[in-house]
Amino acid sequence: MAEAVPWNATRAAEIISAHGAMPGAMLPILHALQAEFGCVPDQATAAIADALNLTRAEVHGVITFYHDFRRTPAGQRVLKLCRAEACQAMGGAALGAGLLARLGIDWGDTTADGALTVDAVYCLGLCACAPAALLDGEPLGRLTDAGLREVLGA
Amino acid sequence: MTRIFVPADAAAIAVGADRVAHALASALVAKGLDGTITRTGSRGMFWLEPMVEVETPSGRVAYGPVAVTDVPGLLDAGLLNGAPHALRIGNPQDHPFLATQNRLTFARCGIIDPRSVADYRGHGGYMGLARALELGPDRTIAEVTQSGLRGRGGAGFPTGIKWKTVRDAPGGQKYPAAEPQKYPVAEPQKYPGGQKYIVCNADEGDSGTFADRMLMEGDPFVLIEGMTIAAFATGATQGFIYSRSEYPHANAVMREAIGVARQAGLLGKDIMGADFAFDIDLRVGAGAYVCGEETALLESLEGKRGVVRAKPPLPAHHGLFAAPTVINNVLSLASVPAILAQGAAFYADIGMGRSRGTMAVQLAGNIRHGGLFEAGFGMTLGELVMDIGGGTATGRPVRAVQAGGPLGAYFPTSLFHTPYDYEAFAAADGLLGHGGLVVFDDTVDMAAMARFAMEFCAIESCGKCTPCRIGAVRGQEVISRILAGQDVDANISLLEDLCATMKFGSLCALGGFTPYPVMSALRHFPEDFRRIARAA
Repeated sequence: MAEAVPWNATRAAEIISAHGAMPGAMLPILHALQAEFGCVPDQATAAIADALNLTRAEVHGVITFYHDFRRTPAGQRVLKLCRAEACQAMGGAALGAGLLARLGIDWGDTTADGALTVDAVYCLGLCACAPAALLDGEPLGRLTDAGLREVLGA
Repeated sequence: MTRIFVPADAAAIAVGADRVAHALASALVAKGLDGTITRTGSRGMFWLEPMVEVETPSGRVAYGPVAVTDVPGLLDAGLLNGAPHALRIGNPQDHPFLATQNRLTFARCGIIDPRSVADYRGHGGYMGLARALELGPDRTIAEVTQSGLRGRGGAGFPTGIKWKTVRDAPGGQKYPAAEPQKYPVAEPQKYPGGQKYIVCNADEGDSGTFADRMLMEGDPFVLIEGMTIAAFATGATQGFIYSRSEYPHANAVMREAIGVARQAGLLGKDIMGADFAFDIDLRVGAGAYVCGEETALLESLEGKRGVVRAKPPLPAHHGLFAAPTVINNVLSLASVPAILAQGAAFYADIGMGRSRGTMAVQLAGNIRHGGLFEAGFGMTLGELVMDIGGGTATGRPVRAVQAGGPLGAYFPTSLFHTPYDYEAFAAADGLLGHGGLVVFDDTVDMAAMARFAMEFCAIESCGKCTPCRIGAVRGQEVISRILAGQDVDANISLLEDLCATMKFGSLCALGGFTPYPVMSALRHFPEDFRRIARAA
């Protein structure tokens, strides 16, 4: 995963203007900001609203509607563990519960040392090799508790 | 030079295909062997992944599942000649799982290099568009209508009728050419003209489904060709593929294929030398399941919250940016090139009843032979799960099969005689949905699965209509009370009543179909809802 950089209003304005002319630019802008800064911080709301001729409330509404957009950066590594039915059929629920208990966090939380964020996702399309996850964008299938400990080192 | 094929499908990578490809590449160099590796999509036999294939004079020979540690031994045994080995499968086409299929939409998936338009054309690609250009728009639509193709996203609406509606609709405002350096955004209303859109719904959020992902990773040009035919038939000039952030590999392949198609003159102006222009933009969602619902998807594409629209007006009249819009699933659009190339009658001859052609069934969850099985409609659910899928992966008895994703009904084994067909499933109070089958063994707690259905609906509800937004939360609470043994009879009646309200009162399928898994669990597995009551 590319290293996120700290918020920079000039850089943000460049990103926003690079997408501003395309119809329905909002999601591409939010994805691009999150790719750059690791999150969509609150400072971005006014800049996007200004560029797209929307109210800040409208922009805030969009950012908070979608599960993907975070308002603070995630941990150094992000595990997206599937909670959906096909993974449950292969013991995914116990796998997730065990991991969260071991780390002492809940879904969507980051460990205290900032090393790992565990997000719930609902289907990665890896349902024929369940349970599945994405670790920093890399797919993992047929996960076991031991396998998860190995890739996470925890 | 011997060609070796290793899938780059995300599910194959998830079980080590990248590591195997790297190990193979370095071992070929180390051993001084003359072989090149091509990364393909997957054949869809995931229990055999990573599956390595090698081209021999007598056809392809497959080996799998291959681990990194198997690589040196495989090469020493004579992998490049298709020599015997414990992992040798033989020609994959002769494998019973593939030999019994009728692959039309997935004909090339796992075989060709998905990034090569030359490979696509070498395997029959762009024959469909060529025929459409000969036929003209009206006869192209007639061909799609006559084929009997119905929307593969789940609703099963006839694709040809949808296209005809868009063709006959007066166009909307014009889509502006991209001027990336300028903002504020150009409001579409400022551009008068006759704009129509083709939108591909690739927001494949249903658990147990992966056909769209596999196709985009394994044969992206068939989707581009299908969308181009739809554009030619309806008069649309701009297309969008709305994919998922959960599918980074599919998005990368799709984006690259769109670029290749533009360079090859297969997107843009004067496509295949005809006076016809069309382009495609890939957009990626942001983790909202409800955006797979077509009107929420359109809102999201417009840059808004993915909130469902009331219908009518239909998207075919008033869709993206208020313009007439064809919105079709990946598999519907990807079925079109084969229909045009081989003729409507060829397609309509496959299937049963009003379900014509093939369906890409996805065998998932706790299943021994998980994967993609494309065949004509009409096999029974039991044949698919037991004969093709081989029963559970754990070896325990099958207890339930959820058909059609998180909004689909749970089927008990006593309904295994149900034919896989839109109408037969509807008659059994179920739905085919997008073709997913998720198998559970006898350790499953069906009341917990029913509660999960409500929990999922509560998490993913767009919030527009009350039965879904509040009903799902209340549903979760009621099932929790039932599981705790509180007033079980009264709470079950309440749950049934709530499900009826959600089913008939919700705006879209999220709230409207969540009762399917809940009520089917209650009907077919009532004992799971009374465990505590019985113990007391």
